[in-house]
Amino acid sequence: MNGGDWRPTASREVLRLRARLLERVRSFFAERSVLEVETPLLSAATATDPNLHSLSASAPLLSAERGAALPRTAPLFLQTSPEHAMKRLLAAGLGPIYQLGRAFRDGEAGRLHNPEFTMLEWYRPGFDHHHLMDEVEELVRGVLGPERAGGAAFERRTYRDAFQRFAGVDPLTDPVARLAEAASEAAGGASRLPDLGDDRDAWLDLLMVLAVQKELGRERPTFVYDFPASQAALARVRSIPGEPPVAERFELFIDGMELANGFHELTDASEQRRRFERDVALRRQCALPEVPIDERLLAALDAGLPDCAGVALGFDRLVMVATGARDISQVIAFPVDRA
Amino acid sequence: MASYGTNQLKTGTKILLDGQPHNIVDLDFVKPGKGQAFVRVKAKNLMDGRVQEVTYKSGESVEGADVHETNMQYLYTDGEHWHFMDPETYEQHSVGEAAVGDAANYLKEQETVSVTLWNGNPISVEPPNHVVLRVVQTDPGVRGDTSSGGSKPATTESGAVVKVPLFISEGELIKVDTRTNEYISRVKE
Repeated sequence: MNGGDWRPTASREVLRLRARLLERVRSFFAERSVLEVETPLLSAATATDPNLHSLSASAPLLSAERGAALPRTAPLFLQTSPEHAMKRLLAAGLGPIYQLGRAFRDGEAGRLHNPEFTMLEWYRPGFDHHHLMDEVEELVRGVLGPERAGGAAFERRTYRDAFQRFAGVDPLTDPVARLAEAASEAAGGASRLPDLGDDRDAWLDLLMVLAVQKELGRERPTFVYDFPASQAALARVRSIPGEPPVAERFELFIDGMELANGFHELTDASEQRRRFERDVALRRQCALPEVPIDERLLAALDAGLPDCAGVALGFDRLVMVATGARDISQVIAFPVDRA
Repeated sequence: MASYGTNQLKTGTKILLDGQPHNIVDLDFVKPGKGQAFVRVKAKNLMDGRVQEVTYKSGESVEGADVHETNMQYLYTDGEHWHFMDPETYEQHSVGEAAVGDAANYLKEQETVSVTLWNGNPISVEPPNHVVLRVVQTDPGVRGDTSSGGSKPATTESGAVVKVPLFISEGELIKVDTRTNEYISRVKE
């Protein structure tokens, strides 16, 4: 470190606009009586998803009272999202809640990623994912204003429809070989692709990156909903007679950039435990670091999570849309390489 | 040569693709939300200049290429090979036409140039951005002659032929931009 890069990478104008957008977010929720909450950034548990890598504070030196009860050898994980803690609050009966806070993801840095970023996450008891999409649209339009958000209603497409249209595959039923073929076609001649074996979801993710994502949210923002059941994460899965089941999950895209990830939340504790255990087994197979299962979240689900929908929105990316920025460093004061 | 994890790659990193050394000219980390992350790389082949796109799974291992640039002194040419000397080790290297490329037109004896080595062997030569060269042949410019647009060709000591203003005469020194082969200014001795 030589101190030469002490200045922020975001301009003063952008940092002022960022503050105004934070205010608009808070007003939006205040008007709707959604409570602002703050949950820990450090936790004994973390996301088990094999595609998420948590940063941690190893062997923290805690002392006196509360700290003394924690095992000295266990790390505390920096949260990849406030989801688990906010669901515990929902199970405790807090009602509709939101949080504007930091999330941390190791190994994610680039034009659209900083390992430390600001997540706007909120939960609505009594909503399904469609109702929540309506509210996400209202929030985005309210924060960005009509110039950046446009006047027309946001587009809504199923995941299946988006892939059929832009990648030429049926993502729910086509075999892996067909997905691989479509990826080759999308990449073109002088382009090499990784061998993803028979990992169906990885091929779908590659197709998303090569062919589908750039077509989404161009003229107006696009919601994609009803994901493959294998990509449900913590969302409910809906079975459809005669059709493959789908996850009640949605994502919002603006100008080819993913902004938000929302779910009609899974409330069944034993199903959630099964998914966590499957993740842990996958992590072991891929020689990824072991992470503990969040027993406190499972206990909260056992006690009863109200029927609700929740969404996580990348606030930095929202600022990027507002300013037309091409790189996340233009909207963050100090990205990780000069933090 | 060691391998890199995809999160260690950045523009300027030298990697091996199909056994050929490449320079990374562009890099993009992409990740569909909660899904598999990828790193998309544009790499330029240091031997033939062709650019290739490669998409890696995030976390994959990428073979590094033992490529680095070093300064060397140009000694002489025998027409087939150009000879350089590493000023620190006094080791001499002979470099063929393909690797010298356009740099051949700007080489002056004893001058220092940048040479790119792969596994210790020179694969390309880069002259400094500007060089001062003596004009060895050019027609005398006739004052008022604007039919050629106010410039004329001049051959320099190292072989570069450059368009120069009419007032430049044989034997004079000129500064040339090696990237564009353009005249910059006259240099007084």
